Order: sequence, then C-alpha cells, then structure tokens
Amino acid sequence: MPELKIEVIPEGTVIDHIPAGKWLKVIEILGLTKPNGGTLLIASNVPSKKLGRKDIVKVEGRYLSEEEVNKITLIAPSATVNIVKDYKITEKFRVGIPEEIFDILRCPNPNCISNREYVKSRFHVVSKEPLKLRCHYCERTIEGDEIPGNL
Amino acid sequence: MDWTGRDVVSIREFSKDDIEFVLKVAERLEGELSKKGSLDYARGKILATLFFEPSTRTRLSFESAMHRLGGSVIGFSSAASTSVKKGESLADTIKTVEQYSDIIVIRHPSEGAARLAAEVAEIPVINAGDGSNQHPTQTLLDLYTIKRAFGSIDGLTIGLLGDLKYGRTVHSLAEALAFYDVELHLISPELLRMPKHIVEELREKGVKVHETTDLEGTIPELNVLYVTRIQRERFPDEEEYLKVKGSYQVNQTILKNAKDGLKIMHPLPRVDEIHPEVDKSEHALYFRQVFSGVPVRMALLGLTLGVL
Repeated sequence: MPELKIEVIPEGTVIDHIPAGKWLKVIEILGLTKPNGGTLLIASNVPSKKLGRKDIVKVEGRYLSEEEVNKITLIAPSATVNIVKDYKITEKFRVGIPEEIFDILRCPNPNCISNREYVKSRFHVVSKEPLKLRCHYCERTIEGDEIPGNL
Repeated sequence: MDWTGRDVVSIREFSKDDIEFVLKVAERLEGELSKKGSLDYARGKILATLFFEPSTRTRLSFESAMHRLGGSVIGFSSAASTSVKKGESLADTIKTVEQYSDIIVIRHPSEGAARLAAEVAEIPVINAGDGSNQHPTQTLLDLYTIKRAFGSIDGLTIGLLGDLKYGRTVHSLAEALAFYDVELHLISPELLRMPKHIVEELREKGVKVHETTDLEGTIPELNVLYVTRIQRERFPDEEEYLKVKGSYQVNQTILKNAKDGLKIMHPLPRVDEIHPEVDKSEHALYFRQVFSGVPVRMALLGLTLGVL
C-alpha cells in the first residue's frame, strides 16, 4: 500500500484510476479548471496495482453526478468514482459509456461540417466494446486510436 | 403515415415501411400526372433550392417536381453569387432562406451540411447530396426504378459495378437493398472494393453477397447491373485514380451473355463506363431512371410539405 500523499477530503468526489498523465484532460472535460469549480487535489503518476501508474483527482465540496463523470469515459475508461460525505464513501461507481457524446471529441473528417461551422460536435455510440462512434453530422465512424487522437 | 415537417437527410433513418410508402406515393403521383398533365397540391408553396455544388439532374428534377406539383421555386445553383462568398455561415444562410420559403433542398460540399441545415431550420430540409456522405433521394429513385421495371425488388440478383469504395450512391443503395430479399454481386477493381464494414453489415442482415473483379463472368447471373463512374474528384491520390481509370466498360460484346431481361442502371453522369451503343438496347434503363427522379421527388416534397 503506497503512502497516502494527498489528504483525505471531508466532502466531495474522488476520481480514481485515471490513466497516468490524463488528469489535466479530465479536469478540463469536467469543467473543473474554472475558479469556482471547487478545490482540487491532484496526484499524478501514483503507483497502482491495476494500472501500473495512475492519476487521482479529488474535488472538494462538489458531488459530480454519474452523467457528468461519464464524459471522461473516452480518455479514462478505467476510472472509478467515489462520492465522499463526512469523510465516508457513500457512493461508488465506475464510469460508463453514454449513448451520445457531446462537445468533447473533434470529428477527424476535415470535410465534416462540424469542423467548418460553429457547431458542437456530437457522436452516437455504435458499439461499446470495442468502442465505435458515428459522427452525428458526417456519419463517418471512428474507432481505436482515432478516438483519443481527436480529444 | 404523416410526414408533415419531416426532414430527409439520410437513408439510414428510413425503415422498409418508409421506403415502401414513398415508392407507393410516387407511383400514385406518376399516374395522376400522366392523366392530368399537371397537379396543384403545392399551389402557393415555395421551394428553395440551395446548390452550393454543381448538379444537373438533381437540381432540375427537384425544380421540375415542385412545378409539377403546382408550387414555385427560388434558389441558387452556385455559392459564388450569394453572401456565402462574403463569409456568411451556413446556419445564417438557412435561417434567412427559411423566411422566404416553405421547404429547402440543399446540396453542399461538406459532409453533414444537410443535417446541420435541418437542425437550424424550422421548415423541412431535404438532402440533395452532402459531400461524399448521403444522397437519399437518389437511393429512393433507384429503388423506384427497379420496382417499376420488375414489379418487385424481392428475388432479384443485382450487380453493383465500378467504384464501390468511394461511391456514396452504391453505399446507400446497398444498405437500402438489404431490406429486400436480394442477392448482390459487388464487382470492382481490388483497389475500389466496397468497405468491409458495409459488406459485413449486408451479410449480417442476411443478404447473399459475392465480391468479384470479373464483370464478364458475372453478367449472366444478373437481373440488374448498376454501373457507377469512377470519380476522379473523390480520390485522395491521382496515381491511385490512374491505376483504376477505365477498368470496366459495358458494351454490346460484354452483354452477349446477359439475360434477356437484364436492366442496366447508372446514376449519371457517365464518362466511358457504358458505351453509347448500349443506349438503344432493351437493357438500358438509365434514362428511365432519370425520369423516376421527378415522381419520387414530388412524393417527398408533397409528403414533407403535408399537402398530399
């Protein structure tokens, strides 16, 4: 058991098992980089049995919903989420894949209208395992390395 | 089925019942038109045709369809003469045009443009081609042509020939044919084979699919041969284009072993993939196919306007 290097939070959300190096992307996607997003505690490159190395993000004073956290599934499919109330974990869940993904991923097709006009990107999940998405606009499907490459 | 206000953006959104319904209404309108000469279902309605890319058949047949329904048409056939040239966004163009019209038909070089237009507009939007993505009204008129020629689509053996890799027409047509009990022969040069995911999807839906490079050997099997042009503009690489250019030509010699009832289709324009000598033969169905564009588009305009 590695020594605990960041303090326990009394209230809030702990996102654990984030692939090492992805914490910045996670807080960006969750909108936690804004000043009013709550105090953040970040541990990066922490030894992990499951992942080798992992990142942990603790958000003090804010409870993130399952729906909000699902947004990070594309970059941190292994993440687990703990809701902490009065120093106790009251709820625990793994991130899941939503039916649709909004405004996170850029369409890799340069000729897609979503890359040419002021449009929020939108993808439909065609298959969860392996993950395959279809652009709502140009209808191209993307999978594999193309997905993290366009975040 | 009430289609009032519905957008026609992608053939993916059509069920078999939807397709059959459109074909039935098109057939009814074709009959009424040949009896009366002109109809007045869409009197007082205005169609806006926004063609950001060149087209002969699609634009003229939509306009003809609207006139035949008794409506009128405004629009443009190139973006060069519009405010798009000044940098106006597609969304703003659509919001403007919908103030002047009751329905919009759009062709645009970017994939997804029709979907965006449909989301922005309150009035119905029909996709007349968005880049290399969808051209749903072409698929419907192709199905209509086959149905009118054979009475039924079920039971036919159909060959798709040419550029099966980049051709949006053959992708949509193959997906729509999967609703029917058909056998498909996919004939193309190795470099231009139908994308694997489409072939898999067809097989999953129970279509018997054969992939081949041999046109001559396949012709005797077919009831329909759907020929497509190898489109230079879709190739990322000129060298790749030159390798496959002129791979196939349908001519009287190659048709010697064809079934008597074989019908040849082509979305047009053609270059050299069908020899003009075939035009006079019993096999040629491609100009009839052009004609089908009008009743099918009349049906779609009338249904989405809610005037039929």
